[in-house]
Amino acid sequence: MSMTITEKILADHAGLPEVVPGQLITAKLDLVLANDVTGPIAIREFTKFGVDKVFDAGKVALVPDHFTPNKDIASAEQAKLMREFAREQQIEHYWEIGRVGIEHCLLPEQGVTLPGDMIIGADSHTCTYGALGAFATGVGSTDCAAGLATGEGWFKVPESMKFVFHGTKFQPWVSGKDLILYIIGKIGVDGARYRAMEFAGEGISALSQDGRFTMCNMAIEAGGKNGIIAADEKTEAYLKGRAHRPYKVFASDPDARYAEIMEFEVSEIPLQVALPHLPENTESVEEAAGIKLDQVVIGSCTNGRIEDLRVAAGILRGRKIHPEVRLLIFPGTQEIYRQAMHEGLLDIFLEAGAAVSTPTCGPCLGGHMGILAKGERALATTNRNFVGRMGHPESEVYLSGPAVAAASAVRGEISHPREVVGNG
Amino acid sequence: MGKAWKFGHDIDTDVIIPARYLNRSEPEYLAAHCMEDADAGFAPGVKSGDVIVGGKNFGCGSSREHAPLAIKASGVKAVVAESFARIFYRNALNIGLPILECPEAAAGIEAGDEVEVEPASGKITNVTRKTSFQAMPFPVFMQELMAAGGLVPYVRGRLKNA
Ligand code: SF4
Repeated sequence: MSMTITEKILADHAGLPEVVPGQLITAKLDLVLANDVTGPIAIREFTKFGVDKVFDAGKVALVPDHFTPNKDIASAEQAKLMREFAREQQIEHYWEIGRVGIEHCLLPEQGVTLPGDMIIGADSHTCTYGALGAFATGVGSTDCAAGLATGEGWFKVPESMKFVFHGTKFQPWVSGKDLILYIIGKIGVDGARYRAMEFAGEGISALSQDGRFTMCNMAIEAGGKNGIIAADEKTEAYLKGRAHRPYKVFASDPDARYAEIMEFEVSEIPLQVALPHLPENTESVEEAAGIKLDQVVIGSCTNGRIEDLRVAAGILRGRKIHPEVRLLIFPGTQEIYRQAMHEGLLDIFLEAGAAVSTPTCGPCLGGHMGILAKGERALATTNRNFVGRMGHPESEVYLSGPAVAAASAVRGEISHPREVVGNG
Repeated sequence: MGKAWKFGHDIDTDVIIPARYLNRSEPEYLAAHCMEDADAGFAPGVKSGDVIVGGKNFGCGSSREHAPLAIKASGVKAVVAESFARIFYRNALNIGLPILECPEAAAGIEAGDEVEVEPASGKITNVTRKTSFQAMPFPVFMQELMAAGGLVPYVRGRLKNA
């Protein structure tokens, strides 16, 4: 029977010749991950299963990225609990501050997540790894704990939705972030609830690997169970030197069945901005232009990769940030940080008047390092703009890609990059 | 029987328990800040046995289990909504917080109504307005999981028999 890429990976890990949407399966896991917020609860639950050891210390990733470097005593205690568990269990994929990065940038970069993998993570943006052609989905701490104990998880096979992007003529500065915001604007924050979101077409092939991570990262913002893009030459090129174990490449059958297929012409998609307080409140940057800002944040597991920093630097080069705006830049990992340094991007940021941080989730979740006061307004390249997401419940977060963010930091208000650099 | 606390659509996990409190994970601590950014009167006012009524996509956003833990520890007996976000749905059942999907009840219950919920049968009664509703039944697997008392005892049982 013909299947989608998601169905194939699920069937493969359930040891079944085929699966159909709605079917409940138990599947073997290639990776179980947690962070310093969800990990402590998962570890607490893990101890209740009556087993001493995790199912496979090489298939677990524990990433202290949310409140690290620890912002206070309570978060230090949580990080310590996870660190001690990692040592005691001899968890292979654990990184200390100075080596750690934001989980969804770090794990693909380190070759921990590979095509064809079945991954659960106690973090909703675990869906990011779908950009490598893996099945990856976010779960809670208790599901994560069960995964740690058994190496298996139960799943309901989701229906798939296919989003086909025709053409390769992107408008200037349009990136993966704009495509995914555009989709969420069309279908809403529950438009893909319980479903797999498969991205395909020439437009996706033309997108860089970094741009694909950004798209799959935000599948959860449409309620999706996973986002997925079949691995191609670009994926293979990205994995070169990173992958240290064999992997399987899956692709949807041409006659696979979808609950819905939506088609778009990439040339018709303008730069996007999502207004408070839901990622579905999208507008073109022209419509949102002129909104005054107090803070701009470039980074996170959505847009903290090298390509994002290059785009931002391209706009900031030789320019100064608006005197009334704070620009905070969070590279996703140490490797990205160092690469940015080698390429001279950090110099550009510092010259422009930005603060560049060590990799951390920081303000993305209103954790630390850039919290908003009452009434303040930020534009961020992050993925959520819920009430209070970056600080005070009466603050506001707007979402965009890195080009709009950098241009807006220069102008002090939401701006199209052409307002800063001409028709680039 | 308890009082209904009513919320709108797309109530996200950041509103249920803001990230600024996620540097700790004790359920009582989380409960003290539950729903703070949506209704500051919730945490101080909620009583054991009360019910949360939400619109569509309740619990969207992050995977933080702190969200259902906070609701459960605040004494809420059940969450009734038009629909739930996937991870929240799973988390709530895993930790033993009854949640019922019932668009009619979500529409037919107002803030402050006295409500009676029977999670096992899915029967929801609005005592104040003398109406009753039937929630969608749980899938069989979920029923087994709930009968076992949540995911931990369910998996522990399976590990023992393996
Ligand atoms: S960067 Fe933001 S969205 Fe990504 S894992 Fe960290 S807190 Fe979550």
